[in-house]
Amino acid sequence: MAVTPAAKLDAQKLRADFAVFDEVVNGKPVAYLDSASSTQKPRQVLDAMREFYEHSYANVHRGVYTLAERATAGYEGAREKARAYVNAPSSREVIFTRSATEALNLVAYSWGLENLGPGDVVVITELEHHANFVPWQFIAKKTGAEFAHIPIDDLGELQLDALDEIASRGNVKVVANNLVSNTLGTINPVEKLAAWAHEQGAIMVVDAAQAAPHKTIDVQALGCDFLAFSSHKLCGPSGIGVLWGKRELLEGMQPFNFGGEMIRSVSLERTSWNELPYKFEAGTPAIAEAYGFGVALDYVSEVGLDAIEAHEHDLVVQTMDALAEIDGIRIFGPPADRRTGIVSFELENVHPHDVAQILNWENVAVRAGHHCTQPLMTRLGVAATTRASFYLYSLPDDVDRLIAGLHKVKETFGV
Amino acid sequence: MSDLDQQMYREVILDHYKNPRGHGALEPHDAHAEGQNPLCGDEVSIFVRFGADGDTIDDISFEGRGCAISQAATSMLTEMVKGRKASEVAVLPRDELLDEIGIPLTPIRLKCAILGLGVLKVALHKAKGTPLPEEWRGMDGDDLTIG
Repeated sequence: MAVTPAAKLDAQKLRADFAVFDEVVNGKPVAYLDSASSTQKPRQVLDAMREFYEHSYANVHRGVYTLAERATAGYEGAREKARAYVNAPSSREVIFTRSATEALNLVAYSWGLENLGPGDVVVITELEHHANFVPWQFIAKKTGAEFAHIPIDDLGELQLDALDEIASRGNVKVVANNLVSNTLGTINPVEKLAAWAHEQGAIMVVDAAQAAPHKTIDVQALGCDFLAFSSHKLCGPSGIGVLWGKRELLEGMQPFNFGGEMIRSVSLERTSWNELPYKFEAGTPAIAEAYGFGVALDYVSEVGLDAIEAHEHDLVVQTMDALAEIDGIRIFGPPADRRTGIVSFELENVHPHDVAQILNWENVAVRAGHHCTQPLMTRLGVAATTRASFYLYSLPDDVDRLIAGLHKVKETFGV
Repeated sequence: MSDLDQQMYREVILDHYKNPRGHGALEPHDAHAEGQNPLCGDEVSIFVRFGADGDTIDDISFEGRGCAISQAATSMLTEMVKGRKASEVAVLPRDELLDEIGIPLTPIRLKCAILGLGVLKVALHKAKGTPLPEEWRGMDGDDLTIG
């Protein structure tokens, strides 16, 4: 990862934007190492949302009065920011959803139900988050399509030499993959997969929930057809996410939800759909959340994705080096230079839930569990892992406290 | 860290975790059920053998993997219910088990602690038609998961 020194970020300085770190226990703020699950929110986002509610709030796309115009401008402004963030050709292709999960469900239902059938193959990977796995498994069953997976090797990297065998099973119609694994941090070769998918006549669906906060995304360079990401993992509010899709695909799809906003006209006999993106935005959306999401995109962009990536890389190296020194620790996933800011591990003879519980005594917050990747857990031969994950406000001291906490775990369990 | 924190891993819990009582499959058995806690992937499988009266729990064992709380609580449960009537255990209040475990539990860890009790009640339900605990109702009989 070639990064110029100018791209460095000052995490200590950025922490002034996050009130959560003002709260101290025994003189220390929380060592928040669960950003892959959800990030903390800077006051820039919170202040902007409050300001929006106080001065610019009404329903969108309806009223002709000033407040409604302000609200609509705020909401649509956020859509344009989301478009620019992933370099999408048009903001008409940017659909606001409740979450990345809902965005992926939208594709599985609206595109999958209409376009899949017996003889077709839906391809996912062994390290997929359930959000990009279960909808496809369900729709494949419902339509009679085959559900195939790309296996991973022992380092948690996709085994692309399995693709030929998968292609021999039928007409590959969908390839769905996360750009970054939420459990292992693996950066997946989505560009290669997209090219292969298109050779097969399939669409490429990318779950970028774990990638978008940490690395620059360009949907045109990736060559994918759909891409989903969420606000809450990149300093924005929860309850809002984005589905980007190629216009011709979105135009050919039926709506996912029905109601207000998504219609052009309704009569007792028939209803016609609104234009993109509104066709897919039934009901009053999460207006202030969308606005806050836009502010979060500005915040993260201003810090700089290259700087964030480099910062997290340093923390990952520090963590992996320190963990390697502890007896009984097994680290999962690829080497530091092929992952983002995520380190999953297990401590022999201690369940991750117990590890996380004892770390909490020291005010160190990590995630323990299967991380919504149970097929991956099965492949790794574990029920769960402990996961430390970083963001732009994470400090080397957080890692030191994690390591000290793990010694406390060993002491408590006598391992 | 507070004293309250440390009680969670008091010696008796770690002892049951490291040396679980009634561990392993019981063959033959009269009642059996498996269950998972999707939060952490804890798994418990329980086997029961009834006495001559068809109601007394003569023998009970479990297999499983999971956190110290779920495994220790299930181990303690097997000691608690051995020799008692199935009809009585089927409606055993969870507080009776929690008193025995005797540690402060957050709502999330509470689910770990009562996993084994729920699975035992499912096993009794399947064998004898006793009532299911509330959190397991509406689940498919062979695929029970608490949420």
